[in-house]
Amino acid sequence: MTMNSKLMAGALATAAVFAPKLALAAAGQAEPWQMNLQDPVTPVAEYINTFTNALHIGMFAISAIVLGLLIYVMVKFNAKANPVPSKTTHHVGLEVAWTLIPVLILVVIAIPSFRLLYLQRDIPQADLTIKAIGNPGWNWTYQYPDLGMDGDEPKVSFTAVLLPEDQAKKDSRPYLLAADVPMVVPVNKTVKMIITSAPEGIIHAWTIPSFGMKIDAIPGRLNEDWFRATKEGIYYGQCSELCGKEHAYMPIEVHVVSEADYNAWVSKVQTASVEEATKFILALKLAKQPALAQN
Amino acid sequence: MAPAHVTHDTHHADPSGWRRYVYSTNHKDIGTMYLWFAICAGILGGLLSVLMRVELSEPGIQIFHGLANMVYGSSMDNLDAGKHMYNVFVTGHALLMIFFMVMPAMIGGFGNWFVPLMIGAPDMAFPRMNNISFWLLVPAIGLLLISMFVEGPSGLYGVGGGWTMYPPLSTNAGQPGPAVDFAILSLHIAGASSILGAINFITTIFNMRAPGMTLHKMPLFVWSVLVTVFLLLLSLPVLAGGITMLLTDRNFGTSFFEAASGGDPILFQHLFWFFGHPEVYILILPGFGIISHIVSTFSKKPVFGYLGMAYAMVAIGVVGFIVWAHHMYTVGMDADTQAYFVAATMIIAVPTGVKIFSWIATMWGGSIEFRPPMIWAIGFIFLFTVGGVTGVVLANAGVDRSLHDTYYVVAHFHYVLSLGAVFAIFAAWYYWFPKIFGYMYNEKIANLHFWVTFVGVNLLFFPQHFLGLAGMPRRYVDYPEVYAGWNMVSSYGSYLSAVGVLIFLYGVFSAFAKKVPAGNNPWGEYATTLEWTLTSPPPFHQFSTLPVIK
Repeated sequence: MTMNSKLMAGALATAAVFAPKLALAAAGQAEPWQMNLQDPVTPVAEYINTFTNALHIGMFAISAIVLGLLIYVMVKFNAKANPVPSKTTHHVGLEVAWTLIPVLILVVIAIPSFRLLYLQRDIPQADLTIKAIGNPGWNWTYQYPDLGMDGDEPKVSFTAVLLPEDQAKKDSRPYLLAADVPMVVPVNKTVKMIITSAPEGIIHAWTIPSFGMKIDAIPGRLNEDWFRATKEGIYYGQCSELCGKEHAYMPIEVHVVSEADYNAWVSKVQTASVEEATKFILALKLAKQPALAQN
Repeated sequence: MAPAHVTHDTHHADPSGWRRYVYSTNHKDIGTMYLWFAICAGILGGLLSVLMRVELSEPGIQIFHGLANMVYGSSMDNLDAGKHMYNVFVTGHALLMIFFMVMPAMIGGFGNWFVPLMIGAPDMAFPRMNNISFWLLVPAIGLLLISMFVEGPSGLYGVGGGWTMYPPLSTNAGQPGPAVDFAILSLHIAGASSILGAINFITTIFNMRAPGMTLHKMPLFVWSVLVTVFLLLLSLPVLAGGITMLLTDRNFGTSFFEAASGGDPILFQHLFWFFGHPEVYILILPGFGIISHIVSTFSKKPVFGYLGMAYAMVAIGVVGFIVWAHHMYTVGMDADTQAYFVAATMIIAVPTGVKIFSWIATMWGGSIEFRPPMIWAIGFIFLFTVGGVTGVVLANAGVDRSLHDTYYVVAHFHYVLSLGAVFAIFAAWYYWFPKIFGYMYNEKIANLHFWVTFVGVNLLFFPQHFLGLAGMPRRYVDYPEVYAGWNMVSSYGSYLSAVGVLIFLYGVFSAFAKKVPAGNNPWGEYATTLEWTLTSPPPFHQFSTLPVIK
């Protein structure tokens, strides 16, 4: 009994220590002292995480083998242990082996690698298309052409800038990750992203680590990429191509919400304003994650 | 009758004082100047990196607004100036370390000193060209330093575009001021210096080998330099073309890279990396040669698989030219192109593996003495392996989608360069210091230097793998609070590595203060290359009678 209750207490203590971290992780960003990839929420990101973890195990093993061999030769063949050196300088079998075995290992790596690559780059039929434009003023403009066009211009178009530090603190949102207006998408829908940069602008890169996607925003080019987020939540990314003095200050914030909430957001954007719609979305997430709100 | 070499030496008086160096046509004096130059540039580049790590030790802006105020005065918004200055430091650190530290040390320094000695030649093929190769570096680094103090983006000073200098950030859209022009001209001159050096080495190695020294008997360090200078000769003109196009885009109204006028910024990236990828092999290949000699000398065995070692370097050099776009997986290339670059890139792991295993096989069955050069060489083998395996991870375009432009990449290339190339340079320094200067250094200081550096750089760079996996982008002056922990560890590692540099300098100082004669060959009978048959330091002119190789 005592043993059990001790275990129980230990488990509770552990849970208490990790609970805030888990809440953060669930919110689509890294946690303090994180050592691995962020939690995946798209099929692509899941593939990346599984494949990367497998690669790391293999690479750790190779490094360990090399280290083991080095330690072995240092112990076994140092001047004291082995005063008379051998004269061997060739061993055809060995040389063929350490050429061919790595080739085989690489072929084994290449198969899932190519599968992943084509999963990323064969862009499926989209349920929703969003255009993101990197601006010279170090912020992102998001356009929803599916929600109606006004001549050449999409009716729904807004610019997301860095949420200032004091505001972020006040709202318990992560500074440098949170944007004043989030991009909003429905859960379990294939979203195609068209990414570009202003014609007179510079190169940026749009990324969300939890989605396993990263694509450059280049003046004069329309890049495309896609994701299908399978879990509701708030997901953060940061500009990932050096773009000048505010490079560290152009966050990317995406809210993945239920289809009903997405539709409510759309109608608020269309009938009221982006500000109103953002208020609705932020209230929604904070209500669903009381742990985060208390922080 | 006096021997031939005496009459030769009395043809002209040996120059002395400043003339000996400024007018020098002697490969050893020029090599020595390259080495001191590299040490100075390395200290400068290292200083920039430590200041960056101080900045990154905690979230928020710590020192760069103050630094900007100190350097540029308080007439501007210090916070903006500080943020830009951080990017200037990122750029300056990379350019200094690549063009003015590693390359001058490996090729200009050790290459100049030991390629002629190892092949039994009296000097380089073009001694005067050798002089201009070195002295071009001085205006080159001067222009780079000047660029830090002239206008870049409007109202701010210096180039903040990274060593990759991607347009449009490096054209008038991003940085209209003349700072970028200064940096471009600096690279032009440094590039010209390297191309002249490359021509000199190729000619020397092909034409001035001692009788009997066929290519297949040539020491591996000479092989490594031969491959390296071919890479230089073939890749640098492409960089020169690319940055000249950048220069004309900036100043003469062309629009090679300006999308709004029909150009394409991605074209520059292709040109840059066609140079840039061979460039990273240029930085490491001479190290491969150095490590082979050291491992063989201190294991008291000939190099295992000599031909395999030589041709592995040739293979790395050749394949290094056809993998450049693996630096560009996120620019939006189509899947088939990316698949090709994945396959080509992974192939490089094979000859690299051959080298690692051959070094271990050289040690196998040996009688290993753990003198300082050998300790640095063993450190190199392990750390280079760690950097190599993360390279295999990054080679996969699909995985690179998550890791591109994160600290994982920073960790990877510092493991192969800061812990690979730099460890090779220190190994070479401790191996050849007695030969170059004629003095033996204090081995205890050299060992302490190793251990402090080994712990420091691992503490510095290993946590950066975690930061990258967790998603922290590189070239960031400030970062979200969640990344604070590993950044703090990394910064402490940087301070410890800086202590390592101080120990190194103290070791050099003490060697010159104590002047303990080293003897012609302090490493014993397994140091078999020709430089060990000469006095330490070698005579001003050597091999007036060519040695004959059996």
